[in-house]
Amino acid sequence: MTPREEGALLSYSGVGKVFPGVVALDGVSFSVRPGEIRALMGENGAGKSTLLKILAGEYRPDSGGLTVAGEPVAFASPRDSAATGVSIIHQELHLAPDMSVAENLLLGAYPTRGGLLDKAAIRAKAAEILARLGEDIDPDTPVSALSIGKRQMIEIGKALLRDARIIAFDEPTSSLSARETQTLMRIIRDLAAEGRAILYVSHRMEEVFALCDSVTVLRDGRHVVDYPRMADLPEAQLISDMAGRAIADIYDYRARPLGDAVIAAEGLLGPGLSRPVDVTARKGEILGFFGLVGAGRSELFKLLYGAVSPTAGRVRLHGAVASVNSPRDGIAAGMALCPEDRKGEAIFPLASVRENIVVAPRNLGGRIKAFLNMGAEAKQADDLIALMRVKTASAATAIGSLSGGNQQKAVIARWLAAESDILLMDEPTRGIDVGARSEIYGHIYRLAESGKTVLFASSDMPEVMGVADRIVVMCEGAVAGIVSRDEATPDLLLRLALPDAAGSV
Amino acid sequence: MLAVLFVLLSVFVPDFLGVRNMRGLILSVTLVGTIAPTMMLVLALREVDLSVGSTTALAGVLCAVVMASTNSILLGVGAGLTAGALVGLMNGFVVAKFKLNSLIVTLATMEIVRGLAFLVSGGEAVSIPVERFYVLGSGSFLGINYPIWIALICFVVFAIVLNRTVFGRNVLAIGGNPEAARLAGVPVNRVRVLVFVLQGLAAGVAGIVLASRITSGQPNTSQGLELAVISACVLGGVSLSGGIATITGVIVGVLIMGAAQNALNLLDVPTFYQFVVRGGILLAAVMFDRLRQSPGLLGAGFLRRRASASTPSKA
Repeated sequence: MTPREEGALLSYSGVGKVFPGVVALDGVSFSVRPGEIRALMGENGAGKSTLLKILAGEYRPDSGGLTVAGEPVAFASPRDSAATGVSIIHQELHLAPDMSVAENLLLGAYPTRGGLLDKAAIRAKAAEILARLGEDIDPDTPVSALSIGKRQMIEIGKALLRDARIIAFDEPTSSLSARETQTLMRIIRDLAAEGRAILYVSHRMEEVFALCDSVTVLRDGRHVVDYPRMADLPEAQLISDMAGRAIADIYDYRARPLGDAVIAAEGLLGPGLSRPVDVTARKGEILGFFGLVGAGRSELFKLLYGAVSPTAGRVRLHGAVASVNSPRDGIAAGMALCPEDRKGEAIFPLASVRENIVVAPRNLGGRIKAFLNMGAEAKQADDLIALMRVKTASAATAIGSLSGGNQQKAVIARWLAAESDILLMDEPTRGIDVGARSEIYGHIYRLAESGKTVLFASSDMPEVMGVADRIVVMCEGAVAGIVSRDEATPDLLLRLALPDAAGSV
Repeated sequence: MLAVLFVLLSVFVPDFLGVRNMRGLILSVTLVGTIAPTMMLVLALREVDLSVGSTTALAGVLCAVVMASTNSILLGVGAGLTAGALVGLMNGFVVAKFKLNSLIVTLATMEIVRGLAFLVSGGEAVSIPVERFYVLGSGSFLGINYPIWIALICFVVFAIVLNRTVFGRNVLAIGGNPEAARLAGVPVNRVRVLVFVLQGLAAGVAGIVLASRITSGQPNTSQGLELAVISACVLGGVSLSGGIATITGVIVGVLIMGAAQNALNLLDVPTFYQFVVRGGILLAAVMFDRLRQSPGLLGAGFLRRRASASTPSKA
């Protein structure tokens, strides 16, 4: 164990954690001082979530331990952790959507009068917290009516209410718009200025450089390096520390010849779209879809795929009008969808990696058979796991235990197995680390070079600009503009994507 | 767990391990055993079917009524099987097309089908005049009674269906994540309907065998059978939240239920106590299973109480 840093509010000292077959953490030590915003960075599977879960009291370390304000602590449960003044703001929010903002804020600590809920006190207390956050939200609004960004504020409000001294953020901006991200960063700075210790986990470089004072880098469960000052740290250095190798250009764009039109939407309209959509993608093309959260990209993909029925318009495939009324129709027509919500719509968490891959090819229309060819399926899965470099103990491992990036690679492998030639990829790199991202881009180029068409939605602007041949910018359920790779500038894309400016271009 | 139970019972319960008793034990679970493999599929699909008890009764009654009027075994058996399949088809169609909760849908069909069984029989037992038909319930092959063979065949067939067919894997996929299954191209509705039809058919088979054993169609038989079957599946580790099932688990579950029941009978425990014991075994089994999956459950709770008792609360 390393000696505890003087004056630190939170210290990890030689923390180790072993899961069956995997060393998740191996002697990790670092500290956060009051008022400090420390970034925790590393590829998926580097051990960041395990560190947070130990802080949250969900896991107990197998070796080493935590100290809070110099006192050693051993959290046996999330309650212990909360009682010590720790608050974790998760990527996925834990709010009751049908209850009001005030009820959610005070959940678990309702003021009572004579044994009954004191509704006036609940409202007053909630209003006070919202005012401190600078949020103009009516405490009586049901949470389901709020945007993701506002909901995140409610989570932060809960931390304030408990007067948490240590607040950890786990990828808080992954579903936030640019504006909401700005607000969040301002509030985090205020929280730090009040003397709290902040731990910030994110894959977004710009954010980390803009917000954090210091950074701790993890790789494969080990503590790689600490930088006490972010200000004079080159980004490339940080990336190579995380990846353990230098990544020159993670996009590594390669131009390629394009063929005939493969898929076209003509006046397509449906739930989530406000104006008819017309777009065409060609053979070998990578067509990017950029837009803020809620711009209608996912909805458009689901309409094309047949997962949702259109209210008007049609889809042309290879020039002919196609009737795509279900995902099975879409798949039969050669389409594949990698949904944005990996956990909810893409994977079977309890099933093996192999099952998750072969589920699509075995259900392909023409080839459907009664009995499994288990040998062939196993071989196909093994080959694709190797090809996609899915990091898994074996093909029989439950996919739910893999990191997000490896789950995503398995989902792409599923569609390689199905030999789809139009891939609809909705935020395929969301929540995925730099190393795995650059691998996924490589796969996308290879797919396009082999003559497949890739529709690629992302809310990460550098990514869309780096990967796509052309970029469809969407805004509030409509296509705001289609920009070629050469014309695309951050200014132009953002101007098209922002609701206020959309009409003026 | 089953092995432990059998060893305990053979030590403490006289005559438990006798050949006669063993055969009786296994015969007593054939009704549950015939329906359990398909219930496993239903539960793996993240659905439930409460109508199997009523369907068993309806199939038996129809079989008896048709046989009584036509003297044809073939027509009688055909009527019973058709009734079972139709009830399953209705359950599956309503659940799949109207996207309704199968608990509610099959609760309704449970009542409807029980009513139909009473209507068809006029409210009374219908005796079966064709004596050759009794062989199905009382005859044996290689020293093993036909009802046991039939349950065995159900286990073998559905073991293959679950593990070796696209359909079986699709059932687990849908149970594991219905939306992911739909988007991956699994024919979700077709699989749902087929699972319920198979469940109805299995209940039909069970009803016909039962009618042969008791040489009549009884409209009020097999009440609560659905719960016994679900209990057996859950004892066998089938997850009620879908996606997890093994046929060996279900066999173990069925045998645990049978062994417990049998031992209680041998020990002359009054029926009233048997309800309590059966419920207790189910509760203990699911709690044990839960603890095995997350050992921290109990430990964390105790530790927390100890920790909060020993650390003085901070201001």
